[in-house]
Amino acid sequence: MTKIEEIVQGVLNGDRRSIARAITIIENNTAETQKLIASIYPHTGKAHIIGITGPGGSGKSTLIEKIIRKYRQRGKTVGVIAVDPTSPFTGGAFLGDRIRMQELSTDQGVFIRSMATRNYMGGIAKATKDAVKVLDAAGKDIVIVETVGAGQSEVEIIKVAQTIVVICAPGLGDEIQAIKAGMMEIADIFVVNKADRENADKALMDIQAMLQLNNKEKAWKTPILKTAALTGKGVLQLVEKIEEHKHFLEKELERKRSREKAEAELTEAIKEKVAASIIENLKREGKFEEFLQKILEKEMDPASAAETILNEKFRKQV
Amino acid sequence: MQSKRKIRILIAKPGLDSHDRGAKIVARALRDAGMEVIYTGLRQTPEQIVETALQEDVDVIGLSILSGAHKALFPRIMELVKQKGLTDVMVFAGGIIPEEDIPEMKKLGIKEIFGPGTPTETIVQFVFEHIPKRT
Repeated sequence: MTKIEEIVQGVLNGDRRSIARAITIIENNTAETQKLIASIYPHTGKAHIIGITGPGGSGKSTLIEKIIRKYRQRGKTVGVIAVDPTSPFTGGAFLGDRIRMQELSTDQGVFIRSMATRNYMGGIAKATKDAVKVLDAAGKDIVIVETVGAGQSEVEIIKVAQTIVVICAPGLGDEIQAIKAGMMEIADIFVVNKADRENADKALMDIQAMLQLNNKEKAWKTPILKTAALTGKGVLQLVEKIEEHKHFLEKELERKRSREKAEAELTEAIKEKVAASIIENLKREGKFEEFLQKILEKEMDPASAAETILNEKFRKQV
Repeated sequence: MQSKRKIRILIAKPGLDSHDRGAKIVARALRDAGMEVIYTGLRQTPEQIVETALQEDVDVIGLSILSGAHKALFPRIMELVKQKGLTDVMVFAGGIIPEEDIPEMKKLGIKEIFGPGTPTETIVQFVFEHIPKRT
């Protein structure tokens, strides 16, 4: 087995060191990276991927810790990719998101990885999407991506996550921030954190008013919830909402699949019935034999014959 | 795109003291030298530190301790480092560690120990010079 095959096997077995190594290989974008991703890809698609975004200081990391605990109580395993910015000046980064989650670091059902943006724009790192695949392939039921402290147009997360939770906190200038493009549109669930603070209800009402405009034509109406991450208040409701959104997506997918299936069946039925009826008709008129003869004598090819039949039977009616 | 291996380093505070200014300054200096520094926060158990190093796939662990509990905590940390197979990780330490304890600590596999007043450049240079090779 090559080194990469060994790591892939380890990832699929849920081995933590292999998961860690795989993510490093993806981050460093080496010659082996593509091979690794290709080998892991067929084993993905089982995890539910949640994106958590919002301005710095709104409480993303603290809230994530509480969300993880709720999922763990339900017996789910969780992977986290926590993204922090790389300094554009030195290329270094200070990754401090896991400080808030350290109590979970020894829980074997939780895997937390800090990731620097390495100057990729949009609130996540270039490697984030594929690192999520590693955690998915490793069997994590839930994968949470925490973006950098973003608030305006860092919306790359929509390419990675299935359910996007946008967090804000009172006193950060929410009503104005919420009007700016981007964050409002990508939210599947909006959260006003630090709801035990003054002005939380004002922030809630401001955002609610904005959301109503957004929700008008959407099948999923983005709800707005209040949480207090430090005490854990409202976290259960948030997790319930995330699950509700997951079911919504599954139903949407099911509907899409049913539609595609019905379309294929209808197409098939038309082909069968209509063609049969035309052929029958031609045979009755003796024209089928006529065309057959022309084809046998190489006067006409079958495709042109069909074209001629089509023109005679239908097009002239239009 | 050209790939370049980034140095990832864990700065950890084992034990119960709550003074992390030194650890944060060292973290900052290493960040400014272009490294990706993961900080654990205060009061970490050896298990938390080593498990974090594993998940974060770091090249280096820097331990900061001022409580005097290094004789109890460092052996446990180094034992776990070996147990979890992090053989290609370099470990150094800093803080208040008496001169006479240093040989014992180094014997555990801790590469270097920096006392109070060490210039941050010294630490940065040391880290650069002792990055373990990866296969």
